[in-house]
Amino acid sequence: MIRLTAPIAREELLKLHAGDRVSLSGVIYTARDAAHGRLCAALDRGEALPVNLCNQVIFYAGPTPAPEGKPVGAIGPTTSVRMDAYTPKLLRYGVSGLIGKGDRTPAVCDALQECGAVYFAAIGGCAAYMSACIQSCDVVAYDDLGTESIKRLVVKDLPLTVACDAHGGNAYRDGMNAYLETSRKD
Amino acid sequence: MHNLSLIHLRDVTRAVKELCIEACTHLPGQVCSLLEKARQEEPFPPARETLELICRNAKIAAETGIPICQDTGMAVVFAYLGQDVHLTGGLLEDAVNEGVRQGYTEGYLRKSVVGDPVRRGNTGDNTPAILHIRIVPGNQLRLVVSPKGFGSENMSRVAMLAPAQGLEGVKQFVLDAVKQAGSNPCPPMMLGVGIGGDFEQVATLAKEALVFSQPHPDPWYRALEKELLDSVNRLGIGPQGFGGQTTALSLHIRTAPTHIAGLPVAVNVGCHVTRHAERVLTGQPCTLAAKEGNR
Repeated sequence: MIRLTAPIAREELLKLHAGDRVSLSGVIYTARDAAHGRLCAALDRGEALPVNLCNQVIFYAGPTPAPEGKPVGAIGPTTSVRMDAYTPKLLRYGVSGLIGKGDRTPAVCDALQECGAVYFAAIGGCAAYMSACIQSCDVVAYDDLGTESIKRLVVKDLPLTVACDAHGGNAYRDGMNAYLETSRKD
Repeated sequence: MHNLSLIHLRDVTRAVKELCIEACTHLPGQVCSLLEKARQEEPFPPARETLELICRNAKIAAETGIPICQDTGMAVVFAYLGQDVHLTGGLLEDAVNEGVRQGYTEGYLRKSVVGDPVRRGNTGDNTPAILHIRIVPGNQLRLVVSPKGFGSENMSRVAMLAPAQGLEGVKQFVLDAVKQAGSNPCPPMMLGVGIGGDFEQVATLAKEALVFSQPHPDPWYRALEKELLDSVNRLGIGPQGFGGQTTALSLHIRTAPTHIAGLPVAVNVGCHVTRHAERVLTGQPCTLAAKEGNR
C-alpha cells in the first residue's frame, strides 16, 4: 500500500504503476458530467476556471446530501468514460490526477502519458464505506448544479488502485489477462 | 370475485416514501447471499478482496442508514393494482411522485433527475418516477420501488434480431452487451434479459427480469439462464473490471410472444447494488354504494 497526499507531486505520480494500491489523503475536487461541460467551455473561451485545478486531483463523484452532523452522505466514483470527451483538454490544462471507475479510451490513456498524469480507480458502489474517508466537503463552484457542483474535499485514507499510469500501464487489461492466465492453468 | 377495497392515496405516498429510503439503504437478502457466495468461490485474490469490501459496505449501509451507493437512481416503481381496488384521494401517479419527492428529500438521497433530457436542469426532488401500472386480480395494491443507477443502465442494450439469428443470435447479443459494458457498470453485474414482444415490451421484460431476479418458469429457459451466466463468468472481466471469475452474480430471462418477422432481445444491466423494496397495501373493505359515494 502506497500512502500519498493530494495534491500529489508530479515526481510521485511518475513512480506509480498500474495495479498499485494507494491510500490517498489530502485535498481533492469533485467534478462530473455537467461541471466538466462548463469547465471545458470556459477553457475554450480562454477564461480562468472558477477554481484553480492545476496540479490537482479530480474525483468523478456526486455525493448524497449530508445528514445532520456529517460532512457528506454516501460518496463514490461514477463511470469515468463519460468524461473522456473532456479529459485530454483538462489534463493539458494541468489537472494531474483523476479518480473514477471503469476503463478509459485510448485518447485519455495517451494524454495521461503525454502530461505525466495518473488515473486512479475507486471501488464503485461502496459509498457508505467511502463516506467515512471524507473529513470535509465544501462547494467551491457551480452551486446551481446541486450534486454535480464542484466540491473541495478533505479526504483521509481513500482506498484506490492505479488504473492507468503515466507510462501506458493499464490495470484493467493486465488484471483480466492475469486472471485468464491463472484460470487456464487450473 | 374479491370484495372491493378502498385505498387512500396518502397511504401510497407514505409507502413509496419509505420504500425509496429502505431500498437505498438495505440491499435485498438475495443479493447479499449472491455476493457472499461469490466471495467464497472467487479464486482470484484481488477480486476476492474487492468482493469483501462490497459485502462490508452493504453491512455499513444497513447499520448507519447511509445509502449503499451514492447513485440512488431514478425511482422505478411497479404498481400491481388489484382490479377490485378503488383508489381515493387524488391520482395514483401524483401520489407516487409525492412519495418519491418526500423519500429522496427526507431520506437524504441524491436527486439525479433532469427535467429535460437535452437541455438538462435538475428537477431538485428526483421526480418524476418511472411508473409501471399493471392491473391484476384481487383487492390489494402491491408496490415495488427499485431505484436504478445509470452507471449500469447506460450499458443496457436492445436489438431487433431476425428470426434466422435464432438462439445463437440471442446468446451472442447478450455476451456482446456484457463485453461492451466491461468495467463500466460496477461489476459484478446482475443481468436481466428480455426476449420477444415488441420494441418497448422487450425492454420492460428485461427490467422485470433484473428487478425480480426469478428463474424462468420454463426449464428450457432456466437451462439457458445458467448457460449464459456461465459464459459471462468465463469472460474474466471480474469485480470492478480488474479480472476475476465473478463478472455477474445472476442472469434471468423473461419472455413474451412476438411477431413472425421478429426476435427482439434486450439486456438490462444492473450493478452489484441492484435494489428493490416492496409492500402490499390492503385498504379498507368497501361496498359498491360506498364506492359510488366516494366519487
